[in-house]
Amino acid sequence: MNFNLTLIGQMIAFAVFVWFTMKFVWAPIVKALEARKAKIAEGLAAAERGHHEQELGQKRALEILQQAKAQAAEIVNQAQKRASEIVDEAKQEARAEGARLVAAAKAEIDQETNRARENLRQRVADLAVAAAERILQKEIDPKAHGTLVDAFAKQL
Amino acid sequence: MASSETLTSTEYIRHHLTNLTFGYHPEHGLDFAHDMDEAAAMGFWAINVDTMAFSLLLGGLFIWFFYGVAQRATAGVPTGRQNFAEWIVEFIDENVRGSFSGQNPLVAPLALTIFVWVFLMNLMDLIPVDLVPWLATLIGIHYLKIVPTTDPNATFGMALMVFILVLYYSIKIKGIGGFLGELTLQPFGKWGMPFNLVLEGISLLSKPVSLALRLFGNLYAGEMIFILIAIMYSGGLVLAVTGLFAQLAWAIFHILIITLQAFIFTVLTIVYLDMAHQKHH
Repeated sequence: MNFNLTLIGQMIAFAVFVWFTMKFVWAPIVKALEARKAKIAEGLAAAERGHHEQELGQKRALEILQQAKAQAAEIVNQAQKRASEIVDEAKQEARAEGARLVAAAKAEIDQETNRARENLRQRVADLAVAAAERILQKEIDPKAHGTLVDAFAKQL
Repeated sequence: MASSETLTSTEYIRHHLTNLTFGYHPEHGLDFAHDMDEAAAMGFWAINVDTMAFSLLLGGLFIWFFYGVAQRATAGVPTGRQNFAEWIVEFIDENVRGSFSGQNPLVAPLALTIFVWVFLMNLMDLIPVDLVPWLATLIGIHYLKIVPTTDPNATFGMALMVFILVLYYSIKIKGIGGFLGELTLQPFGKWGMPFNLVLEGISLLSKPVSLALRLFGNLYAGEMIFILIAIMYSGGLVLAVTGLFAQLAWAIFHILIITLQAFIFTVLTIVYLDMAHQKHH
């Protein structure tokens, strides 16, 4: 155990190593560690935020879905109401149309009946006149008694 | 072992505990020392080439590894190497935060350097005692101690630097008056001044001495036991087999010791510097 120049050499070497470590090694590594710590904290906070936002989004989506469902139900109700209305209207219209058609047909029938009656009357009158002409050929002047015969024919 | 046929056990042990010393010998001039006595005769102006070479090599390894990490340190996903370096840095950082209450950017890097460097130097103890010296013999080097921490020059070198830092910061923080006051005015007040000075002086001086001797003693003893076990290999089959198991057991136990000693040196350095920074005692 003898001391010699090695002692001084070791002291210098030690000092140099410490100086180098302090100057070039420690700071960058600790800085990287701190930076990573900050990054991780940030990431965790972001994850927490994202989680929160997701929850909110889910709640909102649920609300929107419920609203949409309610709206859809309302629309369906309205449509059903409108459909039954349309059906009722159509029924009524059809009924009215039917009645109108029936009335028109009746009127036409009446008209035809009248016309036929008129014709018949005309023919009967003619026949009566003709018959009377034949009977009264000699005695009656159609010109003198025409009005009388016509009035008579009209009473038929 | 390689030369145990030609050496007695005592010579073998002596051989293993001799540094490769280069210096000026009064009789042989500037040369490597050929034995312990010659090394002693060279006095202070000689240098233990093996201690210097291995400690610089290991310190360089430490610097290379951590500087490489520091250069490419990212806050993103760390690589395996960065991860390992960060693990050690965080371990040191935690200890410094726990034991050191002041504000000083020197302490943490100092602790990191001590811990890793001392650990690496201690780690050389786990290399079989004869392997590297035997290889060195092949290229003509006859003495080689590969564990720098078994050389008191290395441990005292570090302890003295720590001691200088302790003195520097004591005076810087407390002022010369405060520091001297701390040395003389307690624990017995100003009437017990001489007694206080002796007590506090011893306590102050014991810091670097205990720091250096603890590390040196542990590693020197550990190395000694490895050497003694190695001697068993030349004592016949039974002793050799026993030696094999003894070496294995001691090596495993020694892993604990070398880490522990590096850690103790580091923590005590932090604590001593913390005491130097504290104004109130």
